Amino acid sequence: MQRRAFLKGTAAMSGALLAAPAIAQSSTEISFYYPVAVGGPITKLIDAYAAEFEKENPSIKVKPIYAGTYQETIVKALTAHKSGNPPTTSVLLSTDMFTLIDEDAVTPIDDFIRTDDDKAWLKSFFSAFMLNSQTAGKTWGVPFQRSTIVLYWNKDLFKEAGLDPDVPPATWAEQVTFAQKLTKLEASGGASQWGIQVPSSGFPYWLFQGFTTQAGTVLMNEEGNRTFYGGAEVVEALTYWVDLSRKHKVHPPGIVEWGTTPKDFFEKKAAMIWTTTGNLTNVRNNAKFPFGVAMLPAGKRRGSPTGGGNFYISRKAPAAQQEAAFKFMRWITSPERAAQWCVDTGYVAVRPDAFETPALSKYVTEFPAAAVARDQLQHAVAELSTHENQRVTKALNDGLQAALTGTKSPEQAMKDAQAEGERILSRYR
Amino acid sequence: MRTAAPATPPLLLTRSIRPSSTTIHAWLLLLPAMTLLALFTHWPALATFIDSFFSTPRARRAATFVGLENYRQIFDDPIFWQALTNNLLFAIGTIPVSIGLALLMAVWVNDRIAGRTLVRMAYFTPTVLPMIAVANIWLFFYTPQYGLLAQLLAAFGGASYNWLGSKDTALLCVTIVAVWKEAGFFMIFYLAALQQIAPSLGEAAVLEGASRWYFFRRVQFPLLMPTTLFVLVNAVINAFRTVDHILVMTRGGPDNATSLLLFRIYELGFAFWDTSAAAALTMVLLLGLGTIALAQYIFLERRIHYR
Repeated sequence: MQRRAFLKGTAAMSGALLAAPAIAQSSTEISFYYPVAVGGPITKLIDAYAAEFEKENPSIKVKPIYAGTYQETIVKALTAHKSGNPPTTSVLLSTDMFTLIDEDAVTPIDDFIRTDDDKAWLKSFFSAFMLNSQTAGKTWGVPFQRSTIVLYWNKDLFKEAGLDPDVPPATWAEQVTFAQKLTKLEASGGASQWGIQVPSSGFPYWLFQGFTTQAGTVLMNEEGNRTFYGGAEVVEALTYWVDLSRKHKVHPPGIVEWGTTPKDFFEKKAAMIWTTTGNLTNVRNNAKFPFGVAMLPAGKRRGSPTGGGNFYISRKAPAAQQEAAFKFMRWITSPERAAQWCVDTGYVAVRPDAFETPALSKYVTEFPAAAVARDQLQHAVAELSTHENQRVTKALNDGLQAALTGTKSPEQAMKDAQAEGERILSRYR
Repeated sequence: MRTAAPATPPLLLTRSIRPSSTTIHAWLLLLPAMTLLALFTHWPALATFIDSFFSTPRARRAATFVGLENYRQIFDDPIFWQALTNNLLFAIGTIPVSIGLALLMAVWVNDRIAGRTLVRMAYFTPTVLPMIAVANIWLFFYTPQYGLLAQLLAAFGGASYNWLGSKDTALLCVTIVAVWKEAGFFMIFYLAALQQIAPSLGEAAVLEGASRWYFFRRVQFPLLMPTTLFVLVNAVINAFRTVDHILVMTRGGPDNATSLLLFRIYELGFAFWDTSAAAALTMVLLLGLGTIALAQYIFLERRIHYR
């Protein structure tokens, strides 16, 4: 027992020693927490960017630290912040903005904007991506790896079902009728092929925001201190989602796993799926059939939330490092690099002029699906983000899962979620 | 007098005014381990206890003393009660089954059967795998439509079922994974204990004409009781400590159906950043586990035959 504790202790100590930051050299070193959120050789890409930046700016060293998932990365960044030694910059979820402000962990980007050139740069991003980056008149994050939800469809299965393989559903009603034609029910009650699949594990609120936006409503206010989970249109959106499996029987019952949804699509178990544009390269490499990518179908209007990560600068980092990090940020979000990033990963390039670069315009001509996410941005809304974000979204997640598994009616589930949201947020007004 | 065990130095100090070189020596030997233990176990536990009576410090709001408020909030929280119920069901599901299976497997591979080493290794494999890997393997088993379970069911004409996506079966599914993972580990302890039992006992039983079951019930099982206690204590602790697979497989869902206490602590502490609530829940869990461990030692100790 003591021996084990001793070994554990020694391991912890040596771990702590290794993790201690390298002593500052004559040049400025910036530490950079980066979450690995999608598959593929993404760390190699980031390493290459850092090396290239160092070559152009010999006085700055960029040290990327791969910190796990988004959730693990914010845990590490906030823990480091509380211990007084945070990373200079990190890529964290855009929705964590309020949490980071409440913890006093980040510094506004506006502090670094001095020249007209800087001002132009800050205005160069898609406005949809800035919704989750600005509050109270200040900019707290810089869009970097951002995405939206799109619909992928299997053209072979469309043909098989007698549908035009090049025309995706454009409305909620079409989405149901197409899915009905694409579903192959079995006598036992299951299906060998579902018409449509919208994942609901982990963070169902994000997918649900697609439905609510299309239903013509919002889930929270801009100040991030009030939720509208109980609204009539919200219930209508949830009823539509629940009915896909309960009433129309075109969607798998219960909770659908986010992680296996692309695989279900490859295995032809689902003819249409909703998932992130970040999966585009994955689908392109693995689907053994022709597929299409479309904007989400419209209810009262089209719509999808944005998602993904922003750059933040730590408030407690030394001023020289903050300046260096800002320089790095400007460098990596230049049109050419944003274009390259879009080609390499499938994330949406964060600024319109990136699509005019030779690299990206060539890519879009060869692979038009890559432009769908960009075109959808004009319909995009801010992702659900409030004070105490994770707690408030969990209230919604629990309600959604209760309704989707049939333990609560959509009305009851949303009423309960709203009550919990009120309880948490009332003190922020 | 001065040769008293070094483990009880306070006694020595009261009897002789000047500590002998033996005492100092003993303390010096204990010091490294004690320092680390105090630094990494006792101090954090104490700090958690203190924190549980204060509000969560926020950037512009320092922590204030709130007495039992954090505890009151925990007991008012329906998700806490659900996590507690889930955890008790998880414990009832894992402890007896994994111990029973471990015993069965140990007795089985203790005999001289062909390919014994291979079977032993097969039983032990789940223990060697990291829980995250195990969870991912089982995630595939449970996947509707083309997962292993779905394919097996389909071969017999059954319908595909969404095992992890339904509130009725999700908890059972994660319980089975824990049993699968743990039984092999406990088997090793039973196997070691079985090998310690003198072969003469078995030979005597054969001479007396005792049946296999009788021999197990009256000789092997009583002799295994110290191991059973050890395994039981570990199984109970593990039932409240295993959450890795929850994170991978369900993240506590659907609608908290697989939320266990430790997972809830993680959620409160590192997703909601409500560190005080997490501290208070940690104390509740600690108290519960401490009570159970104490009860196990007090009640079972008397019925155990140590050689």
